[in-house]
Amino acid sequence: MTVTTIGELPRQGEGDSYLTDGTTLGSWLLTHDHKRIAILYCLSITVFFFIGGAGAALIRLNLMTPQGTLFDAETYNRLFTLHGVVMVWLFLVPSIPTTFGNFLIPLMLGAKDLAFPRLNLLSWYLFATSGLIVLGGLIGGSVDTGWTFYEPLSSGYASGALVVVLFGIFVNGFSSILTGLNFVVSIHRLRAPGLTWYRLPIFCWSTYATSVILMLATPVLAVTLLLVIAEHLWGVGVFDPTHGGDPVLFQHMFWFYSHPAVYIMILPGMGVISEIIPAFARKTIFGYHFIAWSSIAIAVVGFFVWGHHMFVAGESIYSALVFSFLSFIVAVPSAIKVFNWLATLHKGSISFEAPMLYALGFILLFTIGGLTGLLLATLAFDVDVHDTYFVIAHFHYIMVGGMVSAYFAALHFWWPKVTGRLYPESWARFAAILIFFGFNLTFFPQFILGYLGMPRRYHAYPPEFQVWNVLSSAGASILAAAYLLPLFYLTWSLLRGERAPGNPWGATGLEWQTASPPPTDNFARTPVITRPPYDYPEPAA
Amino acid sequence: MSGGVPFLPESASTIAGEFNILFAGLLAITGAVLGLVFLLLFRFCAHYRRGNDAADRGHWGRKSWRWEVGWTTASFVVFLGLYAWGADLYLREHRWPSNATDIYVVGKQWMWKVEHPDGQREINALHVALNRPVRLVMTSQDVIHSFFVPAFRLKQDVVPGRYVSLWFDPTRIGDYHLYCAQFCGTDHAAMGGMVSVLSDADYQKWLAANATGGTLAAQGGVLYRKLGCAGCHETGATVHAPKLAGLYGSAVTLRNGSTALADEGFIRSAILQPAQNVPTGYAPIMPSFVGQLNEEQVMSLVAYIKSLGAKPAAGSPSR
Repeated sequence: MTVTTIGELPRQGEGDSYLTDGTTLGSWLLTHDHKRIAILYCLSITVFFFIGGAGAALIRLNLMTPQGTLFDAETYNRLFTLHGVVMVWLFLVPSIPTTFGNFLIPLMLGAKDLAFPRLNLLSWYLFATSGLIVLGGLIGGSVDTGWTFYEPLSSGYASGALVVVLFGIFVNGFSSILTGLNFVVSIHRLRAPGLTWYRLPIFCWSTYATSVILMLATPVLAVTLLLVIAEHLWGVGVFDPTHGGDPVLFQHMFWFYSHPAVYIMILPGMGVISEIIPAFARKTIFGYHFIAWSSIAIAVVGFFVWGHHMFVAGESIYSALVFSFLSFIVAVPSAIKVFNWLATLHKGSISFEAPMLYALGFILLFTIGGLTGLLLATLAFDVDVHDTYFVIAHFHYIMVGGMVSAYFAALHFWWPKVTGRLYPESWARFAAILIFFGFNLTFFPQFILGYLGMPRRYHAYPPEFQVWNVLSSAGASILAAAYLLPLFYLTWSLLRGERAPGNPWGATGLEWQTASPPPTDNFARTPVITRPPYDYPEPAA
Repeated sequence: MSGGVPFLPESASTIAGEFNILFAGLLAITGAVLGLVFLLLFRFCAHYRRGNDAADRGHWGRKSWRWEVGWTTASFVVFLGLYAWGADLYLREHRWPSNATDIYVVGKQWMWKVEHPDGQREINALHVALNRPVRLVMTSQDVIHSFFVPAFRLKQDVVPGRYVSLWFDPTRIGDYHLYCAQFCGTDHAAMGGMVSVLSDADYQKWLAANATGGTLAAQGGVLYRKLGCAGCHETGATVHAPKLAGLYGSAVTLRNGSTALADEGFIRSAILQPAQNVPTGYAPIMPSFVGQLNEEQVMSLVAYIKSLGAKPAAGSPSR
């Protein structure tokens, strides 16, 4: 995306960047700058990521032995509840939209800020508050229902701290809704002159699709959680059969949010990959329109597949037939994306810096996650492996292999833009490769465990499953070390890293045409866009 | 699975055999797609790496719609095939043979309680005979559990407040793991045991050794008289109430005009929520027995009412 005029760029090291525009704590905590709010989010979700990760590490430690000797059953149940709740609502859902979405959307639009800067700050306060409430409930109280809060376990048998956690997630939802609203309005209203819809970077399309889901699905979760709270506190009969309720109704309502939420968690990652592949292949993205519209297709069809979580839950076999069919349909746009990324690599001039390594890892791991998703959509296959480690492995390939890889890809790709510093490339490549191998060693054995029949959420298991569990735990220790590496070398980069130029990767995006780090107002003058996105020059034959 | 590293689960039911063929097919197809993606990715990355001047980079493909339509259609057709295959087996998993023996199962925190038609009871164990199809009629006393036997490739959530069925035809003698697959509270991982498939002779021996006072239906009959059901539902009663002989498996027209199939779930619901299940021509005068009976007692009543005569309801999905 080349621009005709972008005005004068501030020179490096002369202040005037958003980072130096105000240095007091108040200038950060009361900022309206989308870039600073992105940093606030980034710091918060990093803390939550490592808390959730610690939960995972303890789970894997306990599963080293069949008897699960490290923790008793109740502690173990609390740990996987903490891991799930924290990772889903405090890391995965907000991860890319609130950090890179916040930072990049105005830059990619050629705007000074999001449409509603104050609302953006309010979103962060709601998010941070919800995080504290949720963690307070999880750590202070004894919540062991799992992140799915299935009924009537939640109303009738869970401790009172559950209400605190549910309320925290309820508050968290408002943060999601406001963030989604802000992105949708910004993308509609704040595009620079000449920046038509089909000149938007794919990241904007995927963020738009994500935002629509955030706004439409989150209210359903809010209603569901309030009903659980009402049933838990006052015995209002909705889901609990002893009060005349229907426990399967809860699953319908929960998955009506939580399945689209899976797409909230993966679509932004797909957007990131669609930025990085062309930049490192030096090539226009293949099938722009198909990639853009496939995000919208996923967002729409994703609302009609929730029943595939309930093939053995007691829904009618006719519902199961329909939901299975729609689940195959929703996989088509994902396949389209993968094939288009591959086609983008064809005839490219490919280099393999850390962001690209993460992006290539994303394609491989997401493909495995996607294909095993097809197996799970196959009705008779799901009957066997539902609620086993096969499902755990599948969604970790999507959520961790896919989304977390994409998050790290984004972190490295835009790090010079965000901080104005370069990171040590060889360390970053080493970490990327280590994460890839650690991840596969952790989660591939879980496919086999699930196929052998090991149910999920088991604090102890029959001894014949031990071999695969030990392998998985060994992988987890590598993965844990690999996730800690960036914490060190990125901190080092922040303090000692070489100053970054405005466009270190030679990428075409509008965000690369301003300084690193950008000034508070992003651009000295509003850019005018005259070219399509990913406008890399085609070499002569 | 005797020693060594396990790769494949045991197979001990007719469904498991068909499942294994389905799985092999799924694995072959998805493996081929995965192989293609990996191959293209590594090939392109190697050949078009920056610095490889031998690569021809001219003439980028721009007319992309042919490719797009091609791989979209190919994906869709393959997906449709997988869908149909999985759906076909799923339907058969829900269609039990008419000669299946009904065994009753109640899940509760944290055990499986099994009641055989002849009155044998067991906890966290289930004994069945080789090549004799069995239909489990299941419910839960408290939260949702899930009856899962990997060697049969079958699983069914057991939901409080309703009856669900699961059938299988065991094909190999042996002991197979039984798990609870749906998280049900603190001791979820301990809620399991073994399903033992016995030869016919051994099964008869087991039945004899575990015989109790009476069949499940007989126990239900005792309860039926004790609760005073006979006072209204027997011929000669002064109260106008539906007769129960021949009820099971028949179609019942309700006061609200709808028709219900009188399966186990209907009978359970008629005992516990009679007001919602009044047949046409009768007054809503039956008291509810909710809170007075546990699920095992309700099951014995259901077994008793079934024993009063039935139209075969075999082959029809119960939900």
